[in-house]
Amino acid sequence: MRNSPGGLPGAFFARDRDQHPPAYAPGYKTSVTRSPTKPLIALDNTLSEMTGPVFGHDRLGPLDDDLILNFAKPGELPVGPRIVVHGRVLDENARPVPGALVEVWQANAGGRYRHRKESYLAPLDPNFGGCGRCITDEEGWYRFRTIQPGAYPWPNGPNDWRPAHIHFSVFGHGFAQRLITQMYFEGDPMIWKCPIVRTIADPAAVERLIAPLDWANTIPMDARAYRFDIVLRGRRSTLFENRLEGN
Amino acid sequence: MRLPDQLKETPSQTAGPYVHIGCFPRMCGIEVYEHEIGADMVSDATRGERIEIRGTVYDGTGAPLRDALIEIWQADAEGRHPGRGDPRGLADPAFTGFGRSAGDPDTGEFVFQTIKPGRVPFKDGKPMAPHITFWIAARGINIGLHTRMYFPDEEAANAEDPVLGRIELKSRIPTLIARPEAPGVYRFDIRLQGEGETVFFDI
Repeated sequence: MRNSPGGLPGAFFARDRDQHPPAYAPGYKTSVTRSPTKPLIALDNTLSEMTGPVFGHDRLGPLDDDLILNFAKPGELPVGPRIVVHGRVLDENARPVPGALVEVWQANAGGRYRHRKESYLAPLDPNFGGCGRCITDEEGWYRFRTIQPGAYPWPNGPNDWRPAHIHFSVFGHGFAQRLITQMYFEGDPMIWKCPIVRTIADPAAVERLIAPLDWANTIPMDARAYRFDIVLRGRRSTLFENRLEGN
Repeated sequence: MRLPDQLKETPSQTAGPYVHIGCFPRMCGIEVYEHEIGADMVSDATRGERIEIRGTVYDGTGAPLRDALIEIWQADAEGRHPGRGDPRGLADPAFTGFGRSAGDPDTGEFVFQTIKPGRVPFKDGKPMAPHITFWIAARGINIGLHTRMYFPDEEAANAEDPVLGRIELKSRIPTLIARPEAPGVYRFDIRLQGEGETVFFDI
């Protein structure tokens, strides 16, 4: 049943694990020793899973959603293609998820991350940090301004490269909705070669991680736009107060 | 019933090795955020018994993960959840309920300073034993892993806990119970794979 307008929010729909990567996906080598071997134990949502933290706007700074400016020295700018990445956070009932914290991190235009364990020979950009965050508005919209990241090589197979990607971490309204994923860019030929992308079996599920170029929202003489909608688990409604689990 | 016009959840992908850039930028020398979320769960005004939780996440070879993201979510001392979704009224306003740790970059050990949670009702209204929800993401983990930590000094409550009661293989239950390390200090190690593998839930 769909949410009824008067009902309290109830348990989340069960996760369709066929749409997600399995824990053990040997083409992505690190998963071999980091995947549980025993089945997950199914647990109907209790209040511990149906509730979730709230992150207020007071925790965010004015440039937190602007990766072009939030690490740049005064009067300087990072190198690379300027883009806007925006979209909506919705649930499986196609309802907006307002007040959702969205965090992103990424490499710079050359595919280099600002991290002490990263040793790729492409240089750091002195004006690019690579992190951003924002909170969705009442209609579930989020928006970042950033530099399009470059592809980068990684030690998996002898010649594996990640497609250009932006990491997303999202909090919905319940902790059971917690999700980390990656956004890819329309038309990138690296996507279908990537062992991390290929941990997802269903090509239609992969397609949902590929952001199309959003020509209408591209800003002339400034920045191209990419549209990436994120869908979190939907939930039932609780019709009766003595049934916390929902209908 | 799922209606045909419903959307599908966005697929998960690994957090990768550089999750710190997004979630702990200060560890990477990126001074962008004034507040890093999940850093301070309690303040002087928070009600309840102060506890410390320490632990390490281990892979299938017994090696510690030094690049994991560990998050916890819990009720306040009276068993009410801060944030959204608790229909029973307001939780302690001086408690966030949410904590986040990267673990030590050399040893992988995580530490949380929090309070011992009260009991939260199960679906039938009966109290669950005090517990803390854990969520683990890292390089090599394709979809975040949910588990729960219970307390070793709550034997009677643990024995009647409906979630622990669902674990058919009773020998696995101790993987969810922290070990006392010192007064007010609990150790909760997480083993992703193999001997002593921690119970993970599909919630």
